[in-house]
Amino acid sequence: MAAIELRNIVKIFADPKRGRELLTLDNIDLDIDANDFVCLLGPSGCGKSTLLNIIAGFENSTSGQALVDGVIVERPGSDRGVVFQQPTLMPWLTAIDNVAFSLKLKGVAKQERHRRAMEFIDLVGLRGFEHHHPAELSGGMNQRVGIARALLMNPRVILMDEPFAALDAQTKLEMQEELVAIWQKHRCTIVFVTHSVDEALVLGNKIVVMTRRPGRIRESVTFDLPRPRDITSPEFNDAKRRVLALIREESTRSAQVA
Amino acid sequence: MTSAIEVSPAKPVARTFRVSQALERFVVPVLLIAGWETFARSGYLPPALLPAPSAVLHALGDWVFGFDETTQTYSGHWARDALASGLRVFGGFALASVLGILAGVAIGWSRLFEKTLEPTLQMLRPIPPVSWIPLAIIWFGIANKPAIFLVFLGAFFPVLMNTIHGVKTVDHNLVHAGAMMGATERQLLASIVFPAALPSIFSGLRIAIGSAWMLTVTAEMVAVKSGLGYVLWDSYYFLRYDLVLAAMISIGLLGYLSDLGLKAIMGRVLHWQRTTTVQGRAG
Repeated sequence: MAAIELRNIVKIFADPKRGRELLTLDNIDLDIDANDFVCLLGPSGCGKSTLLNIIAGFENSTSGQALVDGVIVERPGSDRGVVFQQPTLMPWLTAIDNVAFSLKLKGVAKQERHRRAMEFIDLVGLRGFEHHHPAELSGGMNQRVGIARALLMNPRVILMDEPFAALDAQTKLEMQEELVAIWQKHRCTIVFVTHSVDEALVLGNKIVVMTRRPGRIRESVTFDLPRPRDITSPEFNDAKRRVLALIREESTRSAQVA
Repeated sequence: MTSAIEVSPAKPVARTFRVSQALERFVVPVLLIAGWETFARSGYLPPALLPAPSAVLHALGDWVFGFDETTQTYSGHWARDALASGLRVFGGFALASVLGILAGVAIGWSRLFEKTLEPTLQMLRPIPPVSWIPLAIIWFGIANKPAIFLVFLGAFFPVLMNTIHGVKTVDHNLVHAGAMMGATERQLLASIVFPAALPSIFSGLRIAIGSAWMLTVTAEMVAVKSGLGYVLWDSYYFLRYDLVLAAMISIGLLGYLSDLGLKAIMGRVLHWQRTTTVQGRAG
């Protein structure tokens, strides 16, 4: 059984101001296997974030269903960790309390919370910063806290919505490498939304290319280049050319964006 | 990086700037008081109508410490009067804070409460609290209760409005993040919405503490027979304008001190905000 099953998902947004409806996702049908690192790749506004929000349970589909481990998604839950585009940390909590927030909700004692959170603080390389508040940390560090927070819940799937989009190029590269290392070590299913072909090819072992609005699945490509991936190697460039061609077929403009 | 380079040589400059700034603060009040003293002593107006600052200070001193009974029955009774007013302020303010925050969170969070509760409250809001005095007196008599009721009315709406605003402007993604971590609605409200709304709630509380002092004094002029406002009004009947001014100064001072106390609590509770401001300025 697939970890995530998307069954004929359609999402229509009502636009009451203009008295019309906007078809955002058109019949999305996709299976994601357990322990896959899937990158949802598509131009801005193609509905890839909406699709992720439907899997997370933040939004309902107009028709069709999303299933995680065979259970229909109806609301958000701690079986699905989400890493947001912005770190979205509680600004009044320190890094360690942000990471341990889900344990606090469950009523776990403070000492135990901190003990378990420290493991993930270490994993994302933030030891020494655990008692800092988000405002005292850089964007990249906060995003690490967000990743640690999602990992601590030990979710079946982790959903990431362009989490590195706001970071500078170098931090982005470091974070991508670390994310791959974490994924290899933790063996979880990751769905990663991005509009960058390079990012998708560096991270994913499966790349799902989406079309412009209304979002459909253009093609699902398995990509098993050994890791660590050399973005200058001929194999990488071959794959990039293939994916770019897919996108270009759809729209010449979206290729420039990527 | 840039800020680090700028900050280190700027430090000594900042210190001298600080000293001159501290002095600047006193220039206007000192000039005002000196001018007032000179004018009062010039004899242009009879001293009974415009007491000199020194006379006011004398009256205030006797009211507080009771050294020569120039303030007659009030001599040495300042602490009792201030406490009477302070307790009314505290009572009404505490009641308004608790109810204002509860109602504000309910209205800000839930459509149902917004639709059912808000129109009534918004209709009551423009009615000046002072206009409730006749009803407050016939309902509660002449004592603490009508005063606390008026203070409550004056303090409730600022807390309510700011709480609603704070709850409505909570970053939606924070609520999503909480739901993602398995928070129940109650946990969302207590652990995310309430703390996120706290900066806004505190600005409401600070407006409310000011209203609370204003209404305590107003109530004491009409509906109570003790407290700073009562002394002020009573002294007016006995033509003791020095005592009137001493009462005004006392109210201003206590109001200022309660705001200072509230600010100190706010600084403690919202300590996480300080770094935000500094960074926001630097960036």
